[in-house]
Amino acid sequence: MDENDARDVAQAQAGDELAFRRLVERHSRGVFQLAFRLTGSESDAEDIVQDTLLKAYRELKRFESRSSFRTWVHRITVNCAYDLLRQRPRHQAESLDAPAGQDARGGGIEPEAEGSSRPDRLAFGAEIQECVRAALDLLTPTERTAFVLRHFEGCSLDEIGETLGLRMGATKHSIFRAVQKMRRALAPFVGASAANTGRELRQLQS
Amino acid sequence: MNHLTEQQLVLYHYGDADDGVDTVWIEEHLHACPACQADFDHLRRALSAVELLPVPDRPDGYGASVWARIQPSLEHEAGGWREHLFAALSPRRLALAGAAATLVVVALVAGRILPRQPAALAPPPPSTHAPAAGDSQTASADRERVQERVLRVAVGDLLERSQMTLTELVNNPSGATVDISDEQERVRDLVTENRLYRQTALTTGEPAVASVLDDLERVLIEVANGPSTLSPEEFGRVRKRIEQQGIIFKVRVFGERVREGETPSPASAGIRG
Repeated sequence: MDENDARDVAQAQAGDELAFRRLVERHSRGVFQLAFRLTGSESDAEDIVQDTLLKAYRELKRFESRSSFRTWVHRITVNCAYDLLRQRPRHQAESLDAPAGQDARGGGIEPEAEGSSRPDRLAFGAEIQECVRAALDLLTPTERTAFVLRHFEGCSLDEIGETLGLRMGATKHSIFRAVQKMRRALAPFVGASAANTGRELRQLQS
Repeated sequence: MNHLTEQQLVLYHYGDADDGVDTVWIEEHLHACPACQADFDHLRRALSAVELLPVPDRPDGYGASVWARIQPSLEHEAGGWREHLFAALSPRRLALAGAAATLVVVALVAGRILPRQPAALAPPPPSTHAPAAGDSQTASADRERVQERVLRVAVGDLLERSQMTLTELVNNPSGATVDISDEQERVRDLVTENRLYRQTALTTGEPAVASVLDDLERVLIEVANGPSTLSPEEFGRVRKRIEQQGIIFKVRVFGERVREGETPSPASAGIRG
């Protein structure tokens, strides 16, 4: 564990509120980023930051420093976000056959043309971002959490399984399903033809 | 020629291929197979695009503003700690605090997960004279008793349904495949209720309740998130896991105690504390 964190955790556990304040100031931003990726909502992320740090304060005496304070507090963040996601109504029905980018537009989004102008590129970037956002909203709470932990946080499968209460097979499956859905949704932007060509080639070779 | 599956490619991308042999084999295959290499390139591009989603920046001093928001709550929490410490000095106080905490759990949960039926169960307030302070206290105590009774029924019901669903699950007839989709649907509802009550129990300092519900929730989540159709081997593993943990027995014992109105403890049901 980071030396500053270790010292502040020990002092905070002994009742030093200023030490806990230092921990809050050091980790709030990271907690917010994780919460935002998990929920996709700035206001939800702010609520989670607050809930997480209050929970951390309550549970601090039980923290045994087997993991870093950051890992521990991020685990609390994940639990808070996971609970929120599970209470939140799903925006759209899951369908691998109807990628997010095609739902709203009917015909999907054309890949970026070579030599397109800067405003075009900016608009294209915004479209991709919107598509990523929509694709993330298509994921179940378990898939989204597992994906964010693996893709952005670099957590191991064991850590993800432990956090979500899943066995190894279910953890892998959740990540795979998440990637599969993201990939289908983003296909129009990243060259759908590549994947299709790959599959067509496979079919020809089989 | 056997091609790589999409799942193999995903696992390989994240460095989660099962072992070194798999990794080497996948690498060799990608070198030799243009179709799989094209598919893998597409996968990487898609996952790179995910990185484009920006996270809103927080200004300098964000940590200080978060502190300003939570600090008043911490003072309240600190008071709670002191009270708990004081209570811990006396077993009698500890027992009273536990009972009080139970009532808080009852009140909170009754308000959050139950329909607003308790009011209908409570006796109507006397209308022949103006309410005095004593009447107000009595009414409050009555309300708490009603809420507690309703909660006990609700939690007892939750535990009973959990027990029945898990029992049905493990007693599914084995065939070529075992379809547990019906049980899964019910389990998902149970998870939601269970989680709510467990969190409230944790918040209000009811570790015994939280502990049992935590054990139960792990099993429920595993069932809810697993596949709906299982091979006999997969089903055998699920059943073995449920039976090894003795969760059905624990839930039954705990549920009976809740329904009988006792303050349950994990030890009384052979549950870890």
